[in-house]
Amino acid sequence: MAINRDLPKRLSRTSKPAGDDLRVIGSARQRVDVRGKVMGQTVYADDISLPRMAHCKILRSPHPHARIRNIDFSRALARPGVYLVLTGKDLPIEYGILPVSQDETALCVDRVRHVGDPVAAVIAREELIAFEALDLIDVDYEILPTISDPEEALATSEPRIHDYGEEGNIHKRVSFEFGEVGSGFAEADEILEDLFFYEGSTHLAMEQHASVAMKDREGKLTLWTSTQVPHYLHRSLAKVLGLPTGHIRVVATPNGGGFGGKSDPLNHEIIASKAALMLGRPVKISLTREEVFYCHRGRHPVLMKFKTGVKKDGTITALDLQTLIDGGGYGSFGVASTFYTGALQTTTYHVPRYKFRACRTFTNKPPCGPKRGHGTPQPRFGQEVQMDKIAERLNIDPAELRLRIAVQPNELTANFLQLGTVGLDQCIRRVVEMSGWKDKFRKLPEGRGVGLACSCYLTGAGLAIYWNKMPHSGIQLKLDRGGGVTVQAGTTEIGQGSDDVLAAIVAEILGLQTTDIRVYSGDTDLGPVDLGSYSSRVTLMAGNAALQAAERAKAMLAEAVAEKLQVPMERLRFADSAVFDTAAPEKRVTFPEAVCFGEARFGTIGTVGSYWPPKMPAAQYKGGGVGTSPTYTYSAAVAEVEVNPATGWVRVAKIWNTHDLGRALNPTLALGQVEGSIYMGLGEALMEEQAFRRLPKKLSHALVHRTPSMLDYKSPTSLDMPEIFTEFVEGPDPRGPFGAKEVGQGPLLPIMPAVANAVYDAVGVRIDEVPITPEKILKALAEKRAGRLPRSGPTHFPDVSWPEALRVPPPWEGGDGHAINEPSRPAKPHPEKEKVLTR
Amino acid sequence: MTTKQKLPAESQRTARIRIVLNGEEVDVSFAPYKTLLEVLREDLNHMGTKHGCELGECGACSVLLDGEPVLSCLVLALECDGRDVVTIEGLASDGELHPLQEAFAKLGGSQCGYCTPGMIITAKALLDRVPHPSHDQIREALSGNLCRCTGYLQIFDSVEAAITEISEHKRKLK
Repeated sequence: MAINRDLPKRLSRTSKPAGDDLRVIGSARQRVDVRGKVMGQTVYADDISLPRMAHCKILRSPHPHARIRNIDFSRALARPGVYLVLTGKDLPIEYGILPVSQDETALCVDRVRHVGDPVAAVIAREELIAFEALDLIDVDYEILPTISDPEEALATSEPRIHDYGEEGNIHKRVSFEFGEVGSGFAEADEILEDLFFYEGSTHLAMEQHASVAMKDREGKLTLWTSTQVPHYLHRSLAKVLGLPTGHIRVVATPNGGGFGGKSDPLNHEIIASKAALMLGRPVKISLTREEVFYCHRGRHPVLMKFKTGVKKDGTITALDLQTLIDGGGYGSFGVASTFYTGALQTTTYHVPRYKFRACRTFTNKPPCGPKRGHGTPQPRFGQEVQMDKIAERLNIDPAELRLRIAVQPNELTANFLQLGTVGLDQCIRRVVEMSGWKDKFRKLPEGRGVGLACSCYLTGAGLAIYWNKMPHSGIQLKLDRGGGVTVQAGTTEIGQGSDDVLAAIVAEILGLQTTDIRVYSGDTDLGPVDLGSYSSRVTLMAGNAALQAAERAKAMLAEAVAEKLQVPMERLRFADSAVFDTAAPEKRVTFPEAVCFGEARFGTIGTVGSYWPPKMPAAQYKGGGVGTSPTYTYSAAVAEVEVNPATGWVRVAKIWNTHDLGRALNPTLALGQVEGSIYMGLGEALMEEQAFRRLPKKLSHALVHRTPSMLDYKSPTSLDMPEIFTEFVEGPDPRGPFGAKEVGQGPLLPIMPAVANAVYDAVGVRIDEVPITPEKILKALAEKRAGRLPRSGPTHFPDVSWPEALRVPPPWEGGDGHAINEPSRPAKPHPEKEKVLTR
Repeated sequence: MTTKQKLPAESQRTARIRIVLNGEEVDVSFAPYKTLLEVLREDLNHMGTKHGCELGECGACSVLLDGEPVLSCLVLALECDGRDVVTIEGLASDGELHPLQEAFAKLGGSQCGYCTPGMIITAKALLDRVPHPSHDQIREALSGNLCRCTGYLQIFDSVEAAITEISEHKRKLK
């Protein structure tokens, strides 16, 4: 058939990186895993069905905070068709994604901490039987007082939701000062103080979590599950089940979307595994959509206070940022998220002195964790909206202001993050041109407006969750005599196209097409460890490992072919499924022949590749590892909106955006990542809320999710999408495979502030909180009409007893990355830390 | 153990229907409470149609029932006796992808792929009814099918490319 793979006209590319002769990389390709997807053949976890398979359902807490006095499940167990009932006593060992937050049990042992916390599990011959048996379990709860938000958590030290953390219901506090901000503010011509609030939101992946566990013919455990992190799940299963990891196989099935929501080891995965081992038959669990809302691990709600000092020309003299974070009922990635609410505030604009304090509290709600952009969309929203206010105060065009203060390539920031290539300048210039910014800003009729914002994101976390000296990604390559190439990887295909990236890199090096490559990913038995699909790390890290493995295989084949053809090795070229002499192209062998010569010469051809992030010697202070990355991407976006002053309705008409991605390995997929990020950003900007309310006192007073269904949790539909114009700013980064940097998260970050800034341009009201709903706009318009501050947003930041700041002088003040003080920390009980095997 | 092995009443396969599934007549017996989605997946082993919410909110379970797009999670299988059902498995013929499938594959219309079967089925229903829909008609027709990956634009690209391909094909046949 004749459908071409043409890229749409709404995508432009600054220029194809010059000086290369690539056949696969950079061209629009059909992704390697897509045929199964369009045919309905791809096997997601919920599509697995095994002989004798039993089904599991979980009884969840109806209370936000309660002690479990007793569980009587005898009636449930007696019901025909029920095989097993599990409670917390069966799975008492604590686990969690981070070594410092091992605070979950697969089923609550003596306490529930949010509505939806798992209390008991029924395993039965059919799902319906298991579901109905849940009603036959009698749980005796002692209701405890609940905490609904961080301010309440700060004010309420007892009862504690967890027995660890800083104190009371404070999970984590951090405090840093990079240069003395007081003197920075003294040098400022203007100081702006602004409060912002960013509401929580959830991933809402189309696939509900599902798992199938089986005790295999050797008595070992196999778990197929929709996880983004098979390696970390592997570790947690070994810990909780008390088995050697070698007796556990985790297979990450293709995820029907992840967005960070499948990055924790999750209780249902452990429950299904335990049940399968006990029953000796496969056990399946598929969460309902409502259960997925309770599983959560989504965007943290964050209250922020930005104090920024600037000179008249826009130069920043100091930034003082405080964040107060609503963590929900468990730790999850929260300690990392806490650091991330401030780590990247120095990576877009030059901030000479920076103070950052963050506090995460526990509350009686489903746990928050990493969602696309992990911890950074919230402070980026605050910073970029404040930048718009600064521009107005200084009477400088917002784009011009940003250009003046943008960071430079290879800069070392105040908090010692080592930047790589930086395309921010070009991103801003191009988005200004594309959008016609200069003809629109403050010039459109009332009710229409444009807003601009920028951002920066990691290309893979520089630090692993467990500190050790082992690689972050590994690849094994196997070459077959028939010319087939197999890539075995620990990476997880969550829809982002990681299988295609690996296939493309290997194909490019070996002179093949991606259709010649088979990728087996996400299986802990088949592939080497990869830390997982999070922090936008896979393309760069697993990609570099694939590059190394392919180069090694190529070297072996080249040596054998050179011998055979009597040609110097360096004259050989691999292209078009052949190996030939560049000086005399008729001297050639086919790729399968090359493999045969290689195998005859060396034996079986298999190679490995590994990737370690570059050593990051700069940030030596405690906590300095968070925010480090091999390199960073930059984005800029302009939103054009229409605001109806009668209804408060915001219609986003157009988005222009530019993204500095190093190189697009497959522009079709890269565009999909950009547009998907913008879509998700628009959802957060305008409508998505993982929000809670208290039921009336007479109805239990419980704290419940407002909208635990896809109908009520509003997300953008096809009708809500604006026109989007994208430009790839491609300047290959030496640290990325073929120069590639991330593209899956960064483009989301400028969208929310760009929309907020556009709303201000349209109707002159500041909405300093997301989502920007019609109610908030109407409220701010009413304030405006009444002659008061035309704004909707938080009005106070509660007192937090901040610990003494860790003081680290920035590089330009002679700092070497070490702290110059040792703040005393109150002794605090920690949960049992998992032993780290190697350091 | 004897009581445990007894088949509970609600699980007994007392219902039975005969349908035309992707052009083939099939008989299936099942527990009467089941939806068409459950019978397709659990009793007929057609896993291409997906669960997304079980409440008719997401469109992932869309199938064609007598040519009309329906949410199979809201249709009782018992209501389908004698009717014609088309699922994503029924679109390709003789190993050749349907133009919609080919376009989604080539133009980025499918990322994680979970919404894809429902999306393609809904698009097919539109094209069966309106061979040359406008851009707005496409947006409208797909508005009940949620996708969290693509931001929808590459899905619109895919549907539009398929329309061109289908009409080219028809023109050649004439």
